[in-house]
Amino acid sequence: MNEHTVKAFDADIVQLRGLISQMGGLAEEAIAESLKALQRSDLARAEEIRAADKAIDAIAAEVEQLAVQIIALRAPMAVDLREVVAALKIASVVERIGDYAKNIAKRVPLIDGEHRIEPVSILPAMGRMAADMVRGALDAFAARDIQAAVRVRESDVALDDFYDSIFRTLVTFMVENPKTITQVAHLLFVAKNLERIGDHATNVAEMVYFAATGTRMAERDRGNREGEATWRA
Amino acid sequence: MNRPRLAERPVPFSEETRTPTDWATPAMQARLRRRYAAERRFRRLGLAAVALSAGFLLFLLATMLAQGLSGFTETRLRVPVDLAAARLTVTPAQLSERRADLALAGAGLQAVVENAASRRYGAPALLSGGAWLRVRDAIKADPALLHRTATFDLPVSSALDLAAKGKGTPQATALVARLRAQGVLGRHLNLAFLTDADSTDPTRIGIWGAFLGSLLTLVVTLALAFPIGVLSALYLEEYAPRNRWTDLIEVSINNLAAVPSIIFGLLGLAVFLGTFGLPRSAPIVGGLTLALMTMPVIVIAGRNAIKAVPPSIRDGALAIGASPVQVVFHHVLPLALPGILTGTIIGMARALGETAPLLMIGMRAFIAAPPSGLTSPATVLPVQIFLWSDQVDRGFVEKTSAAIIVLLAFLLAMNGLAIYLRNRFETRW
Amino acid sequence: MTPSPSSPPKMTARDVCVAYGDKTAIDHVSIDIEQDRVIAFIGPSGCGKSTFLRTLNRMNDTIPSARVSGDIRLDGQDIYAPEMDVVQLRARVGMVFQKPNPFPKSIYENVAYGPRIHGLARGKAELDATVERSLTRAGLWNEVKDRLSDSGTALSGGQQQRLCIARAIAVDPEVILMDEPCSALDPIATAKIEELIHELRGRYAIAIVTHNMQQAARVSQRTAFFHLGTLVEYGATSDIFTNPRQERTKDYITGRYG
Repeated sequence: MNEHTVKAFDADIVQLRGLISQMGGLAEEAIAESLKALQRSDLARAEEIRAADKAIDAIAAEVEQLAVQIIALRAPMAVDLREVVAALKIASVVERIGDYAKNIAKRVPLIDGEHRIEPVSILPAMGRMAADMVRGALDAFAARDIQAAVRVRESDVALDDFYDSIFRTLVTFMVENPKTITQVAHLLFVAKNLERIGDHATNVAEMVYFAATGTRMAERDRGNREGEATWRA
Repeated sequence: MNRPRLAERPVPFSEETRTPTDWATPAMQARLRRRYAAERRFRRLGLAAVALSAGFLLFLLATMLAQGLSGFTETRLRVPVDLAAARLTVTPAQLSERRADLALAGAGLQAVVENAASRRYGAPALLSGGAWLRVRDAIKADPALLHRTATFDLPVSSALDLAAKGKGTPQATALVARLRAQGVLGRHLNLAFLTDADSTDPTRIGIWGAFLGSLLTLVVTLALAFPIGVLSALYLEEYAPRNRWTDLIEVSINNLAAVPSIIFGLLGLAVFLGTFGLPRSAPIVGGLTLALMTMPVIVIAGRNAIKAVPPSIRDGALAIGASPVQVVFHHVLPLALPGILTGTIIGMARALGETAPLLMIGMRAFIAAPPSGLTSPATVLPVQIFLWSDQVDRGFVEKTSAAIIVLLAFLLAMNGLAIYLRNRFETRW
Repeated sequence: MTPSPSSPPKMTARDVCVAYGDKTAIDHVSIDIEQDRVIAFIGPSGCGKSTFLRTLNRMNDTIPSARVSGDIRLDGQDIYAPEMDVVQLRARVGMVFQKPNPFPKSIYENVAYGPRIHGLARGKAELDATVERSLTRAGLWNEVKDRLSDSGTALSGGQQQRLCIARAIAVDPEVILMDEPCSALDPIATAKIEELIHELRGRYAIAIVTHNMQQAARVSQRTAFFHLGTLVEYGATSDIFTNPRQERTKDYITGRYG
């Protein structure tokens, strides 16, 4: 794409995208670190991660203000307008992702207890998958790559399946080890948070697609969500 | 949290540091002084040019007035005429009819009046040839005078008139001094100058004939040149296509405006008098000739005025659905009218003062009676002035200057009228 | 292209080409002017949008070197056919120009001139009513009703332009063409005229040429983007400004042109 005739407009867009990337990086880090802290039962680290969420919130507020200013002063049209609107929405979504990561960190002390829980070791893999999705979505935003966005949405299916299997594993473990119910319950929440993070990453991918093309991604087939049904029941 | 600001482009960095211009150096100051000096010089030159032109004009006016004002005055002699003793053979019945003039002339009133003057003052030929006419008019007004002695102030002869104004022969001057001493000479306004026609006697001449001739000629000129000129200008500007023919026409009209006026006289002589056989020295012929001369001026001024009408007015009118003729007459012409009138003023003023072409078509004869219509022989003011200036009699000198004053006044009145009309029609846009 | 409206288009143009001498100004443009809608022509300077507008009421006839070809119809009648009366056409398709050009006459005369020359009003009372109606529709009546005999040129710029609009309305046109009507006006006058265009939309088909994209976005329902004499894209205004299909359109409206 060519540059704008008014060069400052380009600088504003670059600044906006930079803030989103920055936020995204912090969120990915929070996810990875919170799961590491969970595995090692590192309470101090968990506390740090909780505090670091403020940084993500701050950047989200900055993005909001910058986007409003761009709309008011630059009167963006077409692709520029869609990008600014997408950036606004992505910021709030990434802020939510950060909140989920913070929530995981919050549960670390609650899961740490006298009993050892094996299933804890499964979670980092799911966490990595979720973090990859977040990175993929933000990379797609940075590169305006709609193929990458579509791939992110497709990998959400795998994440949902992963969540279903973890759910069953954890429930089985709870039934077999009733003394660990409280801790495992928290683990269930952690898994749920990761699944929600994946859904949010998908939202980001859909917004990237809209910003680039002006149309919505085609609806995908929703897979069989047995586990979900059981949970709801 | 930093409040983000929209990117402000950094000011482009320039390698050289800017040195501000030093306005205080002697070189700068000297330059400034020279520039102001040039300004002052130009203003003074302009003022001098205007003063010079005004000076020439004032000189002309002063000279004319000095020489010509006396032409509006006449010297009158008090003459008692005993009409009762004269026993003129006129009956009251004759006096009431229109043949009174002839009757009184036939009765020898002129001789009676002139003898009365000679007897009274002991010198012959004291009165002007037209003096007895004043007595005649008085008798017509009041027939009872025929039975009384009445005293009249009658105009003196040319020689005495000149002497009274200080330009006479020694004898005449002496006679005038004597008469003045007796208190019977008086200076009066000669309004007859404005109402009488040409004559061989300088005390009896008037410019009315020439004035009327000029007026009639100019009316014909205006009636022909204005419509033809304006319509030609409109057609050439609005309708004519731009090709070689219209360029040729434009060049021809421009050249026509510069042709010496005597050529038009030749044209008038050959075509109007020769081919068409129109009456010689009639205002209609003069008018036709001058119209030919004036038309190019009006066309040129008209075209410029029409060109100056902004195209936005035309577009606005066309867009409403006005036809081309409506655009021209409702919108273009009213806005171009001030310019057209200016051109007309210039053209008519030139026509008023033209002598050469009118001489060629015969308006140089001595015409004693004012023209009665467009086809009767007439003369115009400039020609009249020319003819009088040719006369030997010194009495004509002041009359010539007086006629020039009348011509100038006519010109001024015409210009004033045209300027008034122009201001009235001027619409601001 | 775009979904067709409920009624047939008021004016249609097919394959219109305009050349000045041997220089092509408009190259095969086809477009519809629809009833009750405002269509905006946008594009960079010299792209031919004003030239195209002027072909719709045959104002290009006043330029000797202009040659127009193609099919332009008003209610199905070819406007360049010999039977079509130009004077009548211009009463049915009115035009408002970029620089307000009221006649140097009184306000009343400005508005009354059109009806008078076309014989649209019988008698003074009807003419008065027409003048009042036109000035009211143009949003000017309340400001000038007490000074109808004042000169039209004594009004402010925005008022003059509304006077020109009233003048165009007075002959009861079916289409109103506007060539950058607000470019000489301040923002408040511009807003008043944009609001006026919105009100007039229900009664007349309106085509407006503008180089202000925001104005085109605010005022029109259809937008046509011209570039170098060709029609690059034509569609619903919201589509053009949020998701244009052509690259050139996108470059122009996002400010990446040139």
